[in-house]
Amino acid sequence: MGTGRLYVAVAAGGFRRYATYRAATAAGVFTNTVFGFILAYTYIALWAEKPHLGGYDEAQALTYVWVGQAMFAVMVLGSNGFEADLIERIRTGDIAIDLYRPADLQAWWLAADTGRALFQLLGRGVFPMACGALFFDLALPTDLLTWAACLVAIALGTVVSFAIRYIVALCAFWLMDGAGAMQLTWLGGMFFSGMLLPLNVFPGALGELARLLPWSALLQAPADVLMGEADPLSTFAFQAGWAVVLLAVGRMIQSAATRRVVVQGG
Amino acid sequence: MAETEQVNETRATPGSHSSHGSRSPQEAYGEDLWPGPYGPYSRLRDGLRAYRMIAAMWIRSTMAYRASFAMTAFGNFAATSFDFLTILLMFSQVDELGGYSLPEVAFLYGVVGVAFGLTDLVIGSMDRLGSRVRDGTLDTLLVRPAPVLAQVAADKFALRRLGRIAQGLFVLGYAVAVLDIAWTPLKVLMVPMMVLSGAMIFGAVFVAGGAFQFVAQDASEVQNSFTYGGGTLLQYPPSIFAKELVRGVTFVVPLAFVNWVPALYVLGRPYPLDLPTWVAFTPPLVGAGCCVLAGLVWRAGLRSYRSTGS
Repeated sequence: MGTGRLYVAVAAGGFRRYATYRAATAAGVFTNTVFGFILAYTYIALWAEKPHLGGYDEAQALTYVWVGQAMFAVMVLGSNGFEADLIERIRTGDIAIDLYRPADLQAWWLAADTGRALFQLLGRGVFPMACGALFFDLALPTDLLTWAACLVAIALGTVVSFAIRYIVALCAFWLMDGAGAMQLTWLGGMFFSGMLLPLNVFPGALGELARLLPWSALLQAPADVLMGEADPLSTFAFQAGWAVVLLAVGRMIQSAATRRVVVQGG
Repeated sequence: MAETEQVNETRATPGSHSSHGSRSPQEAYGEDLWPGPYGPYSRLRDGLRAYRMIAAMWIRSTMAYRASFAMTAFGNFAATSFDFLTILLMFSQVDELGGYSLPEVAFLYGVVGVAFGLTDLVIGSMDRLGSRVRDGTLDTLLVRPAPVLAQVAADKFALRRLGRIAQGLFVLGYAVAVLDIAWTPLKVLMVPMMVLSGAMIFGAVFVAGGAFQFVAQDASEVQNSFTYGGGTLLQYPPSIFAKELVRGVTFVVPLAFVNWVPALYVLGRPYPLDLPTWVAFTPPLVGAGCCVLAGLVWRAGLRSYRSTGS
């Protein structure tokens, strides 16, 4: 099997793994939709108090809410993705088996995570977005090109999301228990991705800092591209830059970590 | 809540748990949990006793790793602070939200934070029931001589959830300190009343959600819409939400009785729906009613349990 086909097969496996749990997907969609409604009303109140807050009008703020709910599962902002599995494999030593497989560890998990993201975009992203568009006035683009640009931004965002979580998972080589690291990442991601509030609503220097960090590639970037608030090309460059840097850091940690592996038994 | 436990599920014969490979602490206490005589309250006493023992066991096991406990408790505190951080960020841009000032929103937030935190501490593991149903490990609980609800509620009892309560108490303390209202003895008494009744209402939602998981299994996340979603909803003043939504959480799933209805009386504000004033004092009754209903739903759910396998 060619290398390319191998990773496509792994990605398809990642897709199928999540597609199997239909009831869980429906439940997730339901929860995202409920949270979308709650957030939408708080944003309406906020923007009624101060129109054009952060440069958004009310329709854009509401669009942001529903893009956020659609990206929640795709970008793994609320729970754990593959990293819980990988950490468990590192802790139990199963990672040794993964390492002598004729496939690259990082590329393997990236492929699997891409399959997952694709499923969650279709399974958990589309419905909340449609629901939001049905009940609220959203600022959605009418030309296909902007939608396509948004899809590119989402794709790049999932790579950044993966790269961050891969680094976190590899910490388990040193920490053994990844729970603390995962919790910290989750906290950081929740705050700096703009899941709580759009990053352009953050006051002053905090807002500027948040916009420079990699987490802004996950939600703020696709949302701004969709609403025409950001130039697509420079957004892609920003996202791709972080993706390359974080993947490279992950690779360095990986090579340092694999030198540490001691396979027990004989 | 353990009080609602009424279920007479399969009781194991004293010897049957020896058939299980692993010896759990509950089994070690098995003899103590097999008391006679059966009075009307013996079931409740059994439940509370089992709950206390299991929870104590989990606390001991947590305290074996004190540093880890400190970190996770802090993590819990920090994670739950995010909701209030959002509100603070909002108020860094505006002075009022839906006509409510920051201290007023903080009061709503604090009450629901502590109430939800108490429920989360006491029976927060209920949302793990779905995975137990799926992999069949609920069977183990059924054969133990203690009420299943008490066992499920105490399962993985996590003291770190004190972090959430502490965070809610901080915000509530801040709100009470800076709120500009004429405190009467009645209004002061209403604060603990709201917190305790609120915990009962949330508890009922958790237990009913647990019962739902017997049917839903994989769909356990739906429960989060009502627990965490409800908790988030109640952090904001009712004036910002659509009337239908407010009606829904007042009359259908009575979450509004956790804080909105009583707290708006304390704050001296009108409730968006036309309710008489005395309704503000009914949360304990609503809480008790919810617990009875949740107990019935739980009983029905447990009866419908058919282990796993094909």
